[in-house]
Amino acid sequence: MDHDTGGASTLSTKIVVNGTPQELTHDVRMTLLDALRDHLGVTSAKKGCDHGQCGACTVLVDGRRVVSCLSLTASLDGSEVVTAEGLGTPDDLSDLQQAFVDRDGLQCGYCTPGQVCSAQAMLAEVASGMPSHVTDPSALADPDVAVELSDAEIRERMSGNLCRCGAYVNIVAAIRDTAAQRAAAAGSAEERP
Amino acid sequence: MKPFTYERATSVADALRRTAGATQDGASAAYLAGGTNLVDHLRLGIREADRLIDVSHLDLTEVTELDDGTVRIGALARNADVAAHPLVRRRFPVVSAAMLAGASGQLRNMATMGGNLLQRTRCVYFQDLSTPCNKREPGSGCSAIEGFGTYNALIGASDACVAVHPSDLCVALAALDVTVVVEGPLGERRIDFGDLHRLPGDRPDQDTTLERSELITALEIAGPGFADRSRYRKLRERASYAFATVSVAAALDVRDGQIDDVRIGLGGVAHKPYRARRAEDALRGGPATHEAYAAAIATELEQARPGPDNAYKILQLQRAVPAVLDALTEAA
Ligand SMILES: Cc1cc2nc3c(=O)[nH]c(=O)nc-3n(C[C@H](O)[C@H](O)[C@H](O)COP(=O)(O)OP(=O)(O)OC[C@H]3O[C@@H](n4cnc5c(N)ncnc54)[C@H](O)[C@@H]3O)c2cc1C
Ligand code: SF4
Ligand code: FES
Ligand code: FES
Repeated sequence: MDHDTGGASTLSTKIVVNGTPQELTHDVRMTLLDALRDHLGVTSAKKGCDHGQCGACTVLVDGRRVVSCLSLTASLDGSEVVTAEGLGTPDDLSDLQQAFVDRDGLQCGYCTPGQVCSAQAMLAEVASGMPSHVTDPSALADPDVAVELSDAEIRERMSGNLCRCGAYVNIVAAIRDTAAQRAAAAGSAEERP
Repeated sequence: MKPFTYERATSVADALRRTAGATQDGASAAYLAGGTNLVDHLRLGIREADRLIDVSHLDLTEVTELDDGTVRIGALARNADVAAHPLVRRRFPVVSAAMLAGASGQLRNMATMGGNLLQRTRCVYFQDLSTPCNKREPGSGCSAIEGFGTYNALIGASDACVAVHPSDLCVALAALDVTVVVEGPLGERRIDFGDLHRLPGDRPDQDTTLERSELITALEIAGPGFADRSRYRKLRERASYAFATVSVAAALDVRDGQIDDVRIGLGGVAHKPYRARRAEDALRGGPATHEAYAAAIATELEQARPGPDNAYKILQLQRAVPAVLDALTEAA
């Protein structure tokens, strides 16, 4: 399909949301956040600032975390979108979601879906060796040195997600727990013959 | 947001053709890359476009090393990918470090190299449609000169505009030998990075020397150089996820205690990413000592014209520049 409005102000876009293919006919100006919330009934992604500043609208697009409030739906034709609902459901929470519950990593819960999506992607970024602003300069300049997931690394990497309830300490703990559990599971899987 | 049409460009030539078509029709066109600045501005009404030409799917995302050691980075490569790229980390860690100091993980996944160069000022009045601003609306006046001046420029400001360039990446690039490759209606043009951005003069609405239809296709960072001994330091009001008050990118080459070569880029100082040439000239050939670094930045800052609210930036630079050069001297 030629993804082009050819002068019209509405457009049809195909995206896969939490595993379900969707075809949307929408105003060209519509952001992914509004498409999710107002047209697809996917309400975990929250509108905080609508300007890329708070992280409440964070979702995964093709596996990478982005802010959906600054993503134009039209530009995402053919993409795969995962929101907090796609990571786990109340009956079947993901390990990370369970860790947020266990550690009391939320108060009002408004920022939580964005926090969880961001944390999910952030752990993958660390696993892939991506450095951060707090990574030691010598390690930054040497891609062969593995990144240690310190609390400082978690805080820096999660700094795009603001929490007005101030649940940060417990969010860091939840992410630290999840990283440790995943590392242990990967270790024991390696030991198996 | 004013209505616009959306068009997905299939090649550089196609993008240029669409822009030319818009111009012929008397319509305004804008290239959409990561959208993190443009979508925000369209939504705020700071910018209007009749036609949005999406270039984000173009095949301009590779990071490669040319035969002479130059690192060529596609203009549509995402900031996160370039910051993590082994070639950039090994050869130009200051470029990785500067990008990692900017925005958030989510935004770096969206923001592109070209878009980062062309992001617009974060002057609070520029973003606020209810106030006069010469950059947003030429001839309307500047609210920042008499207003809230904490973030204003120290060097090169004019009576028309006192805003600073907000990019972290650009501060690192200002300290290196970088060429910006652009495609326009007349073919390819290569611009020295130092000539891309403008001081405000009486045309603060023009941020750069690019023609309206020109598309940035790549950045080329020349090497091999001394950028493996380089650092980026960003001072800001909270530990992360804020724009700089000032920032310093520096690279240093010391032989037998003498400075062979030195590069200093400064952020938060001027309307454009600022290269501290006076300080560099004062240092080259001299001793690699803390006293020399302090004297050199003092020389550079003689031309600073601070207002009542932003003199703190001078103090920040007087401390940060020698500190960064000291760290590089120790590492050498
Ligand atoms: C909350 C927030 C915090 C931020 N913090 C920082 C920070 O600390 N440091 C920092 O440096 N930046 C920061 N940024 C800015 C961010 O880095 C820029 O918005 C981003 O780099 C712009 O890139 P983009 O690809 O999204 O550009 P877009 O928004 O798509 O485009 C920006 C402009 O460039 C034009 N353009 C884009 N690509 C090209 C091209 N190849 N050729 C010609 N024209 C082109 C567009 O038409 C538009 O005018 C922040 C942004 C936000 C929203
Ligand atoms: S400093 Fe520049 S951007 Fe800010 S209000 Fe004045 S003219 Fe506008
Ligand atoms: S709503 Fe998107 S970042 Fe705040
Ligand atoms: S839990 Fe309330 S905003 Fe974070």
